[in-house]
Amino acid sequence: MSNDVPSELKYTKSHEWVRVDDDGVVTVGITDHAQELLGDLVFVELPEVGVEFGAGSECAVVESVKAASDVYSPLTGEVIEANEDLADSPEIINQEAYEGGWIFRMRITDPAELAELMDADSYAEYAESEDH
Amino acid sequence: MDKKTVLNETHRDMGARMVPFGGWDMPVNYGSQIEEHHAVRRDAGMFDICHMTVVDLRGARVRAFLQHLLANDVGKLKTPGKALYSCMLQADGGVIDDLIVYFLSEDWFRMVVNAATTEKDVAWIQAEAKAYDVAVEPRYDVGMIAVQGPNARARAEALLPADVRADAMALKPFSAAHAGDWFIGRTGYTGEDGFELMLPEADTPALWRALADAGVKPCGLGARDTLRLEAGMNLYGSDMDETLTPLESGLGWTVAWEPAERDFIGRSALEKQKSAGSLATFTGLVLEGKGVLRGHQKIFDGEREVGEITSGGFSPTLERSIAMARLAGDAGDTLTVDIRGKRLPVRRVKMPFARNGKACVEL
Repeated sequence: MSNDVPSELKYTKSHEWVRVDDDGVVTVGITDHAQELLGDLVFVELPEVGVEFGAGSECAVVESVKAASDVYSPLTGEVIEANEDLADSPEIINQEAYEGGWIFRMRITDPAELAELMDADSYAEYAESEDH
Repeated sequence: MDKKTVLNETHRDMGARMVPFGGWDMPVNYGSQIEEHHAVRRDAGMFDICHMTVVDLRGARVRAFLQHLLANDVGKLKTPGKALYSCMLQADGGVIDDLIVYFLSEDWFRMVVNAATTEKDVAWIQAEAKAYDVAVEPRYDVGMIAVQGPNARARAEALLPADVRADAMALKPFSAAHAGDWFIGRTGYTGEDGFELMLPEADTPALWRALADAGVKPCGLGARDTLRLEAGMNLYGSDMDETLTPLESGLGWTVAWEPAERDFIGRSALEKQKSAGSLATFTGLVLEGKGVLRGHQKIFDGEREVGEITSGGFSPTLERSIAMARLAGDAGDTLTVDIRGKRLPVRRVKMPFARNGKACVEL
């Protein structure tokens, strides 16, 4: 099953995507592959604005009909915005994982961490190897 | 390797996401189980139920046999075609399976049993039938499709064979009609109106495609589970099993105590359990806030653990999570559930949660 993997984004092993915006701010969501595995999303617990997270720490939860799944911060930084639309319509993530389904935006503190993320090709390969 | 129904290729062609279920490779959804759920409550949807098993029982004493075998009483079935929902019990009162049985003639009754319990059920029935000289014939040559929703029967009408169509459309709920190789029950597992269609296995894929062309939405096991949960219908294996009786599983209503002389298998065990008192209660729960209730989560009355969830999930009709739970008989009404370490308040409600397109509980 081949999913959408936009080439301009960066990715984590835990299926988050990162878009680098300007001025040290990134936007984060979960990938199309992830939403497909989860099934219909019914609730999203957004991270609190103003809170700092280290790379790899749990910062949000997405709950689907199938299971609850933690979202991990891909980078170290402070959450500056969370997507309130997801409170009423979590299914946006299923429909547009990379556009309307963005989960939060963060001001990062260590740009060097970006180099540790996967590029689109590596993630596509990684996601496929997970499918059996 | 999982078994495949005759519709397996068709499901894959239609983009189904497949999962293993009780030894079968089945569709869990065709994209969105929530959309499929709404289609059944508002319009028409269909389910592949070929993995379930039709069992024909024939003989001069089949009625007497079933009055001994089943906890509900087939003595209630007087009109040919009438159906009954019943548990089949062990001598200790534990549930072997829940099933539907149809009265067709004095020497022919038909049962439909669950997929995962088929082998066990057939062996048990065959052993018990010997004393009554009843022939037990599992019908693996029969395919089954459930068409459910307010518009389901109307959509299916034109596709029914001419020799059964009028009878099928005239059926009252919980009755069946049959002609030739077709058998149609106005029954279902969703809380909506509809048919369960039984026909030769080989003809099932063509019927599925024709129903899809007629606007009936293919639905998978995901939607099947949320629909039956909303409708307050038990799922064998989750809500009850061989270690539990109907009385502690919300199925006391399916046990026919009258006539008192009817000695069905498990009767004395149930009588003992009833008179011993302190019976567990089976109840519906609604979670008001965010989160999803799931099987095995623990329920608390203050600090006291009083039970657990037997089946849980998200209710698309109510837009919140619902569950069935087994609680101590003296559990109060102010309850909380432990979800991943947090205690959240849950409300006890009488089931069903939703039926005939609408919510049945106050929101």
